[in-house]
Amino acid sequence: MDEKDLRTIIEQVLSEMNVGGAAAPAVEAACAKACEASNIEDGCIPDITEVDIRTQYLVENPEHGEEYAELKFNAPCRLGIGKAGARYKTLPQLEFRAAHSAAQDAVFNDVDEDFVKSQNLFIVQTQCDCKDTYLTRPDLGRKLSPEAVATIKEKCKKNPTVQIYVSDGLSSASVAANIPDLLPAILQGLQNYKIDVGTPFFVKYGRVGVMDEISEVTGADVTCTLIGERPGLITAESMSAYIAYKATVGMPEARRTVVSNIHKAGTIPAEAGAHIADIIKIMLEKKASGTDLKL
Amino acid sequence: MILKTKLFGHVYEFKSVCEVMAKANEEKSGDKLAGIAAETAEERVAAKVVLSHLTLNDLRNNPAVPYEEDEVTRVIQDDINETIFNEYKNMTVAEFREWLLSEKTTPDMIRHASRGLTSECVAGVCKLMSNLDLIYAAKKIRVEAHCNTTIGKDGTFSSRLQPNHTTDDPKGIVASVMEGLSLGCGDAVIGINPVDDSVESVARLLKMLNEFKNKWEVPTQCSVLAHITTQVEAAEKFGAPLDMVFQSIAGSQKGNEAFGVTVQMIQDGRDMVLSKGTSTGPNVNYFETGQGSELSSEAHNGWDQVTMEARCYGLARHFNPFLVNTVVGFIGPEYLYDSKQVTRAGLEDHFMGKLTGISMGCDACYTNHMKADQNDIENLATLLVAAGCNYVMGVPQGDDCMLMYQCTGFHEAAGLREIFGLRPIKEFDAWMEKMGFSENGKLTPKAGDASVFLAK
Repeated sequence: MDEKDLRTIIEQVLSEMNVGGAAAPAVEAACAKACEASNIEDGCIPDITEVDIRTQYLVENPEHGEEYAELKFNAPCRLGIGKAGARYKTLPQLEFRAAHSAAQDAVFNDVDEDFVKSQNLFIVQTQCDCKDTYLTRPDLGRKLSPEAVATIKEKCKKNPTVQIYVSDGLSSASVAANIPDLLPAILQGLQNYKIDVGTPFFVKYGRVGVMDEISEVTGADVTCTLIGERPGLITAESMSAYIAYKATVGMPEARRTVVSNIHKAGTIPAEAGAHIADIIKIMLEKKASGTDLKL
Repeated sequence: MILKTKLFGHVYEFKSVCEVMAKANEEKSGDKLAGIAAETAEERVAAKVVLSHLTLNDLRNNPAVPYEEDEVTRVIQDDINETIFNEYKNMTVAEFREWLLSEKTTPDMIRHASRGLTSECVAGVCKLMSNLDLIYAAKKIRVEAHCNTTIGKDGTFSSRLQPNHTTDDPKGIVASVMEGLSLGCGDAVIGINPVDDSVESVARLLKMLNEFKNKWEVPTQCSVLAHITTQVEAAEKFGAPLDMVFQSIAGSQKGNEAFGVTVQMIQDGRDMVLSKGTSTGPNVNYFETGQGSELSSEAHNGWDQVTMEARCYGLARHFNPFLVNTVVGFIGPEYLYDSKQVTRAGLEDHFMGKLTGISMGCDACYTNHMKADQNDIENLATLLVAAGCNYVMGVPQGDDCMLMYQCTGFHEAAGLREIFGLRPIKEFDAWMEKMGFSENGKLTPKAGDASVFLAK
């Protein structure tokens, strides 16, 4: 609304209030005030997602505030948030919504294909045709599409010692956040051990179990998937590595070794990469994985 | 028994009661995943028409898993009062629905009928109820139970304080307990889902909760939600105090095997708490359930998730529990797709639990891969209180950092109590006033100040 519209409205209101023609100065004053109020100022409201909920303390006039602030630091929970009546204060409500928005975007948005290609990964897809199918049909997310099988056979090195691939899983955000550091760290680690690695790629709409078919198609000794975890509100970027020795379709879940909680506030990607390379080395030596392998 | 009807001139013929029951369900992604859902909206209604003409006797005679093969079926069938069953067995499901809703049918009459109902009967009538029917009928039924205090009394609404922690850190847990109590949560139970479910750790947590409860004279009960045998061992080996004993259960023997539990194990746990536990009783069991768990362990025997859920309540009833709650949105979108399905399931479960005759609560919740948000869960919680639900959960701001899902927060129970004019359990209400956290059922400005517990 511009100044002219405002002036018209204010004049109309004043005339309806029977203020009459003598009110011209009042119109001027009211209009000036209204225009002043909608002035856009410079500046930026602080990022509420940068607040550390462990140190945030919003209770007004607490009896022993220092002691409770110290105690609640031990919990990564939304504590010490005060109240408005029996409801939440506005800031924590918005912080919660922000965290949930990140989680939703991580689940429901697809990984940017240009990003995947920039990591030198080609893309194949499971039998899920869209995100909705992926979420409601876990069985289809565990099977490669016929095109995917053909592409992997065509593009991948056959019978590698180790086959690594990346998958979106339940968090596309985790792929973008971790892969640029995580994948090179694993490859570097394996290279140091002089372990032969196959051609890495990306599986869209993948569940963990699709690694069994990939293991069979590539003929790898060890298969390792880097896959997005279901987001919580603390982080939407957590990734897991599932690793198995000679995985086969229908094998027990207990044969997978898992490294979870890979993200910048958990196990950092570079560190996780080195750890995963170590695990793969042991797995190859012992020819076992999951509960069969004591690490 | 007729399994055939026409709709718009089109003939719909069903092969079995199992097929009718599955197809008569409101739409659920889990029934689709199982490949048993109605294929069209019209087929769904046709199944409801056929179901409405079946008698309670037809439903009793077609249990989801045969009596000989399944101990859950045996418990449910053997617990039936035959005299009462005979009074109702010739009613059609349609007639029974109207009987439940009738102004002439009193709460006492429904509690009486409950003792003659198998879980298939309970599930059957649920499938003919609209959402408001489920609320209207459930509101008529009150189920009370007593552990240290009495839950479920008219005019009360309770909550479980759920102070979960990513590493079971005692200080972090205590911080949550303090804040929850200061906002009126925890009159149903203070219950932790442990990360470390070793016997030693469970014993440690039970002792810690009990010490806090005793120090501050909180009139409530405590629980650590590990496997039932772990809790019993914690009590026997380390003298851990058990007010009640928790277990997740399923609606079939095979489903319970996936949880590593048998009817005998639950009975042993119950006997142990009754003879050596710390509570007054007589209701000392706590069960959690949730639609879809049988399908996820391939233990549904071709039946739908509403019927399998009802069977959990039939099993629970055998033990006369203090608390049962459905963890309604935890399982994921492949079973309950979105907020509409979660809302429906929450209302179904609550109604079925009460009609079975158990003290029913609900963990109204969602995971982050489901199309639902906090508004949806606040809506469901409000509907549940309207339906007379015994309790919901309370976690810091609805965000459980350990189980990585969201449910109702500490502020929800208090807000809903004020909206509906309800109070916590009487002794707990009085304790809240003594502590200065509430006055005449309303939170005071001091409520939410957990630091009160840190007085030197």
